[in-house]
Amino acid sequence: MPSWGDIVEVLLLQNYNTRLVVLSTTLLGIAAGLVGSFLLLRKRSLMGDALSHATLPGVTIAFAIMVALGGDGKSLPGLLLGATISGIAGIATMLLIRNTTRLRDDVAMGFVLSVFFGIGVAALAMVSRVPGGNAAGLESFIYGKTASMIQSDFIIIAAVAGIASLVSLALLKEFLLLCFDDGFASSQGWPTLWLDIALLALVTAVTVIGLQAVGLILVIAFLITPPTAARFWTNRLLPMLLLSAIIGGVSGWLGASISALTPKLPAGAVIVLVAAVVFLISMLFAPARGVFPRIARHSHLRRKVDRQHLLRAAYEILESLAGDDEVRNTPFPIEALQLKRAWSQRQLKRVLRIARREDHLEPAGSGFLRLSEPGFGEAARITRNHRLWERYLIKYADIAPSHVDRDADLVEHILGAELVSELEADLETEIDERELTVPVPASPHLIQTEPPAEA
Amino acid sequence: MNWTSTDTWIVVVGILCAVACALPGCFLVLRKMSMMGDAISHAVLPGLAIAFIITGTRASVPMFIGAAAAGVLTAVFTQWISKLGNVDRGAAMGIVFTTLFAVGLLLIRQAADNVDIDPDCVLHGSIEFTPLDTVAIGNLFIPRAAIVNGSVLLLNLAIIIVLFKELKLSAFDPDLADTLGFSSRFLHYLLMTMVAVTTVAAFESVGSIIVIAMLIVPPATALLLTHRMVPMLVIATATAALSAIIGHLSAIIVPTWFGQTSSTSTSGMIAFAAGLLFALAWLFSPLEGIVTRRLRRSCDLQDPELSTN
Repeated sequence: MPSWGDIVEVLLLQNYNTRLVVLSTTLLGIAAGLVGSFLLLRKRSLMGDALSHATLPGVTIAFAIMVALGGDGKSLPGLLLGATISGIAGIATMLLIRNTTRLRDDVAMGFVLSVFFGIGVAALAMVSRVPGGNAAGLESFIYGKTASMIQSDFIIIAAVAGIASLVSLALLKEFLLLCFDDGFASSQGWPTLWLDIALLALVTAVTVIGLQAVGLILVIAFLITPPTAARFWTNRLLPMLLLSAIIGGVSGWLGASISALTPKLPAGAVIVLVAAVVFLISMLFAPARGVFPRIARHSHLRRKVDRQHLLRAAYEILESLAGDDEVRNTPFPIEALQLKRAWSQRQLKRVLRIARREDHLEPAGSGFLRLSEPGFGEAARITRNHRLWERYLIKYADIAPSHVDRDADLVEHILGAELVSELEADLETEIDERELTVPVPASPHLIQTEPPAEA
Repeated sequence: MNWTSTDTWIVVVGILCAVACALPGCFLVLRKMSMMGDAISHAVLPGLAIAFIITGTRASVPMFIGAAAAGVLTAVFTQWISKLGNVDRGAAMGIVFTTLFAVGLLLIRQAADNVDIDPDCVLHGSIEFTPLDTVAIGNLFIPRAAIVNGSVLLLNLAIIIVLFKELKLSAFDPDLADTLGFSSRFLHYLLMTMVAVTTVAAFESVGSIIVIAMLIVPPATALLLTHRMVPMLVIATATAALSAIIGHLSAIIVPTWFGQTSSTSTSGMIAFAAGLLFALAWLFSPLEGIVTRRLRRSCDLQDPELSTN
């Protein structure tokens, strides 16, 4: 176990040996988080996958050329140049396939990925036999060599990551338009093809430097995982971009630090796992779009709807018991409730338990229930809202009175106080004098109180 | 060029494997899930590592089961994340397979003291060595890879023939398939299992790059040439077989252009050959080839009867 001192030293970038690695993966995470967000919104997350495979032929050919020219073949700028050129060729092929055939993005990406990688594998097999060239290190370029980063590598990574971040922020508005509505963008005269190319050039830049830092497969995660995690927390672009950059940066920083502190943990893999943990937490718990908050919201709404249904059913039962007299709060049988709503025994029991806890209902002898004083008021209010809305629908939306009940049910649960008073004002002429004096207007349609006859 | 029985076997194994991949690949491409093959071929790494750690051997049966299970899990997790979290399927796939790959790398590094599984070797199995590993049937020595890939091919063919109508329906209209009583969910996972088993069987013997390429490129080529399902399957099969033949030939011939005597990677060249066939279809497809369309347009312009309309 490393001591506290070591841990602090690595995390705060004070350790000379690990400083460069931690700093460069952090910068890379920030840049990939920004660029990846646009890819995610454009539904092209796997572009990084296709691109990183497409760089292989460029890397090997650049190596072969450098060896043929008498170099050692492994100079980083040369290999990066090769990777960039073949990455761009891959993107060009992808866009061509997409724009000239019926084939979709996923096929275009898969095609470029497999064919380019195939060419790369074949070229690598030939290059490794070139006399004078030592291709052994080429593999580590492709699969990442985080631990053995030197100063000049760091400068290239930091520069490219910085430029990519700045460009993606500078083109923020244009990319936003491209991601959300490219048809609109092109109709407004924006050069969408060039914007697409600019975005993909940024992806290429990030992928190529990421290749060097964390390896072929794991750079893909850098482009996908942070933006997808950030998406759960917000529905707005700017916060999402910032969050995605932060998640990317933190994953790079923490992952590289953990890997530096423990033996036998490759940095790339740890970084990806840190990002995956952040993703999992975001997916489950993020308030805006996370799974559990969504379930909670959903069941909250269902409870609210159930409660309103119960109280309205109770009111309608009382109405039918009262006949032509004024509606009075009297005990009514539980079975009557079951006839009003298609509740199962269990659902009914649950709904009743909640109502009793809220003090809306109270037992009145065996098999009978009574609305409490506040419960009766609430039931009258809910029934009134329902009927106001029904009348509105009949008057303005031309819905047949026999069908209006269900349509009103779709909306009434979210009626606010303001809307209710608007409805009242609007329907004043509709409701006659006698009805206005009573709090609840009569139902515009027949209310079924008997169980439906067996067909 | 010096053609030997070894070369014949390589081509046979290549054809079997390519066709075995191209058949389920057609349905993957139609379902917009082309990248699944790539995802699965990376995601099997932890399956291999766990199978090794549990059994302690590199015997192929446990490895195969571990890998196939990891492959199916990739499909399941992808489905969960995209449904539960409302995430784009491509992104879900990317997260799942990179995470599984990272887990696999860690496991291998932890076990690496007493093992020699090499992640590189998982990704580049090599078809050139398949004729060395043979199984005797009677007097015949048949490469094990030919038997493995041949059985997978037969299995895929059988499933596609038996469930052809259902697979086709659920590829084009999963909701209609559901309302007609064919569970599109079951068919989805069946297809994913087919892809996982095919992928694992193929790359255990011949390397992953053939698998990824053959799942996508021949079906994409076929889609450029026809709009019907059965012709698509036939054309994809033919393209896949042809790529295997051309691929191995060019693996022998191309290095001589650069003054090298030994051949290069057959897997890589098969993928490249498939790419070339795709390019031909792309340019000259009678339906919508770039060149054909251009020719047709210029013919239309010259034809006075048409231009007056």
